[in-house]
Amino acid sequence: MANETQSRDMQVRGKQDVSGAAEQTRPGPVFTPPVDICEDENGIKLMADMPGVKPDDVNIDVRENTLTLAGKVKPFEGAEETDLMIEYDIGLYYRQFTLPELVDQEKIDAQLKDGVLTLVLPKAEAAKPKKIEIKSG
Amino acid sequence: MFTRGFFDFPDLGWRSPFEEMDRMRRYIDQLMGQAESGYALPRAGVFPLINLTESKEAYILRAELPGVKAGDLDIQATGRNITISGERKIETDQNATYHRRERSAGSFSRALTLPGEIDRDKIEASLKDGVLTVSVPKSEKAKAKQIEIKS
Repeated sequence: MANETQSRDMQVRGKQDVSGAAEQTRPGPVFTPPVDICEDENGIKLMADMPGVKPDDVNIDVRENTLTLAGKVKPFEGAEETDLMIEYDIGLYYRQFTLPELVDQEKIDAQLKDGVLTLVLPKAEAAKPKKIEIKSG
Repeated sequence: MFTRGFFDFPDLGWRSPFEEMDRMRRYIDQLMGQAESGYALPRAGVFPLINLTESKEAYILRAELPGVKAGDLDIQATGRNITISGERKIETDQNATYHRRERSAGSFSRALTLPGEIDRDKIEASLKDGVLTVSVPKSEKAKAKQIEIKS
């Protein structure tokens, strides 16, 4: 599996624009960050690519089983620079997920490193498999 | 080559259908050799997309490379060309079940010719928050010189 992802050449992929349900109050492009989601017995891990977002500018919100990720990118260029060739836009990253019942919403952990946001969503104790002991006697 | 470039054409955003038509027209113009100046077309196999800006002192090149470590990047300067190549690795958790896999990994390479002479010894590169910034100072010859008017 690991070889499969590493051997091929990376393809050009432009950013995906959001055509979301709710419109933004501020003008500017909004992008959907690409995510990986994987699950093991302890919880769910979510990784999202948000290049250019500083840890202070990321906003993670859990409300009524909806997880909202939002990240702001500040303009990269200084005022004295003129554009020669612009291939990518910057703006807001925004994406929502519905959380399953089994996630312990109090214990969600987030980390932003090198433009990749990693969220660890642990499963609630009630959702973990429990062994029931049989008492003898 | 045509089909490859055509189908791997990156999505630069669908803000309006007319914008898409405009882009199509520019692409066709480019094929016919009548490209508007200042419009560069991203091509297949040339990830990442690059934004190039210019200040009085330097050319500044930026590319979005989330999760790429500085050690996996290779930046070369020859003449007026800058080549950025590297590899993006994503670790796979063997014990976990994947529900979504949208992030892509792999190797990439991209070469770019800068519009003017550069000072190759003073190129600086930094990688912060997943954005690579390469600052390429212009050579003394290429810098604009203020000419004073004698009264």
